[in-house]
Amino acid sequence: MRKVLTGNVAVAYGAMLADVQVVPAYPITPQTTIIEELATMQAEGLVDLDYIRVESEHSAMAACIGASMGGARAFTATCGQGLFLMHEMLHYATGARTPVVLANVNRAAAAPWTIWSDQTDSVSQRETGWIQLYCEGNQEVLDTTIMAFKIAETLRLPAMIVLDAFFLSHTSEPIDIPDRETVRDFLPPFDPGDLWLDPNNPRTFGGITMSDAYMEFRWQIQRDMEKAKGVITEVHEEFAKVFGRKYHQVEAYRAEDADVVMVVSGTVASTGRDAIDLLREKGHQVGMIKLKTLRPFPREEIIAVLKGKKKVAIIDRNFSPGATGIWAQEIRSALYELPEGDRPLIYGYIAGLGGRDISVKIIEGIYQKTVKDDRPDDVDMWIGVNYV
Amino acid sequence: MYSLNQRFDNRDIPEDELLTSGNVACAGCGASLSMRLALKGLGKPTVLAVPACCWTIIPGAWPLSIMDVPFFHCAFETTAATISGIKAAYRKRGMDDICVVGWAGDGGTFDIGIQALSGTAERNDDVLYVCYDNEAYMNTGIQRSGATPIGSWTTTTPVKNPKSEQKKDIDAIMIAHKIPYLATATAAYPHDMIAKFKKARSIKGMRFIHLFAACPTGWRMPENLSIKVMRLAVLSNIFPLYEVENGETYRQTVIPDEIMPIDEYMHLQGRFRHLTDEDVKEFQKMVDKRFGHLREDFEKKN
Repeated sequence: MRKVLTGNVAVAYGAMLADVQVVPAYPITPQTTIIEELATMQAEGLVDLDYIRVESEHSAMAACIGASMGGARAFTATCGQGLFLMHEMLHYATGARTPVVLANVNRAAAAPWTIWSDQTDSVSQRETGWIQLYCEGNQEVLDTTIMAFKIAETLRLPAMIVLDAFFLSHTSEPIDIPDRETVRDFLPPFDPGDLWLDPNNPRTFGGITMSDAYMEFRWQIQRDMEKAKGVITEVHEEFAKVFGRKYHQVEAYRAEDADVVMVVSGTVASTGRDAIDLLREKGHQVGMIKLKTLRPFPREEIIAVLKGKKKVAIIDRNFSPGATGIWAQEIRSALYELPEGDRPLIYGYIAGLGGRDISVKIIEGIYQKTVKDDRPDDVDMWIGVNYV
Repeated sequence: MYSLNQRFDNRDIPEDELLTSGNVACAGCGASLSMRLALKGLGKPTVLAVPACCWTIIPGAWPLSIMDVPFFHCAFETTAATISGIKAAYRKRGMDDICVVGWAGDGGTFDIGIQALSGTAERNDDVLYVCYDNEAYMNTGIQRSGATPIGSWTTTTPVKNPKSEQKKDIDAIMIAHKIPYLATATAAYPHDMIAKFKKARSIKGMRFIHLFAACPTGWRMPENLSIKVMRLAVLSNIFPLYEVENGETYRQTVIPDEIMPIDEYMHLQGRFRHLTDEDVKEFQKMVDKRFGHLREDFEKKN
């Protein structure tokens, strides 16, 4: 079935098709239409879920963890301040090994108040042990929501679908809605195994550990996060086989023969492809990679694309005050292990914070500066800022 | 009728033990005894979620546990939200008969957990929330909480600057939520307490039980005084035992033979040792005033 859906409604369709069982939900702009749509779907009997109208995002995630410990498939959605409030519970979900799925609509941080898009909220959760899956378009949003459950439940790690505020959340696109039974074959009901609060098998979860045990629990998370790279690829491949759409953790575009490679994530990838095409028409040897996963970080795949390139230009719609953009940090650290001859120069750019547009022209400008400068600046270049 | 030295016939207390020996509570711990009796009242199938509190420690460190019911250690402020989630999962999975219990200390209930607690109560989720109240952050080492009585010494309200605010009236707050069932209880009157847990189990919707749980370590008293002090709290109207249905029908369940002055209760505990006779008199007035309001409710609503 083909429908015209906003990114937020696409998330709700994904959760509905995944037969999500428990949805603790709290409103926040621009996420709200996700949970509104799920409330409507429940009221109309389209999905058999238990909807908990919690009093905060913190409780939303706590209730998701509880529901998951009770053996149910749990889902919620938030953005910006809501994700910041959840932070403690994001760590908890990972530690408790609850495969909760969360849709985060990228919203910039207050103060000052803003509801517009940037990635500061999600990249600030980098160390929580959540799988993070960034999306470029609404079809990818819907498909990723379905895949996120499969990935999370396979690994017993929580997973976050990430979509740009307004550029996706409130923008409509025609998308294919997969057939429900086919999704059920692809994603069987959640099987908690013996890791749930089973009254017939009374066990204690999360009890205090001493320093002789804690590190092993953390190591298991790291082990499974490394495993996640393979699992995500397998799920992408299986999804492609069943539904005909293929996704990648690292998607290269015209990068093979490029001297300069731009690195983007989220909706900037669509604009980026246009910019690359225009530059190519003018004879520039330029390509692009779109990154879908921040965690686990796809080091090996990135190295495979960027090895031997002259220059890499990374566009971060986020930044870490006192340091650099997060994708730039990650890529610098991944590429450092290359021998000097194969190691590209890395140029970091901060752009599009608080919903400011990243246009084709801006991406072209970033490319031109990258070509012109022999060496990158010591700090990331801020694009389009009126310094006052 | 109830008095200080009364003996109870314990033959009708359920023999089943849903926790084993070997817990690591302090000697004389009121919270430890409370759990034992609560589970006797509840029976199986019961599932517990417990936040940061003394009961994080009491069941034993991983991989040991004294519990014979599933037990989830949740984050400090999330007890109520966690049990809402657990219950929703069971409901969806056709296991609605499981009694889902949140078990939190006074800090986790009066202070950091009150937002989630209010949410769960307002939604009337089908869960039982138990607060075992030992009147301070005892697990972190006796710091003042919203449940600490006025005048009390704690490590953050030292003798030269004891707590200057009254104890938060959590029961009134919960009653105002019009929940189906609220009860106060203490392990020093075990039959009353077990009956309340049995009753709570039989009721659908949000239930709240406020337990008065002596803490010899934090109250600065010998451990063999726990039961006596818990009884004195009841007999002197510091912690009256009653239940309230739907926020309106009050019933006092333990009516003292005679109401005792608070003096003995206060004098047995080091946390009140610095108080003058005048201070104790003021405290007594406060207790009388509060019980006066409650008595009106007991009389009016019956």
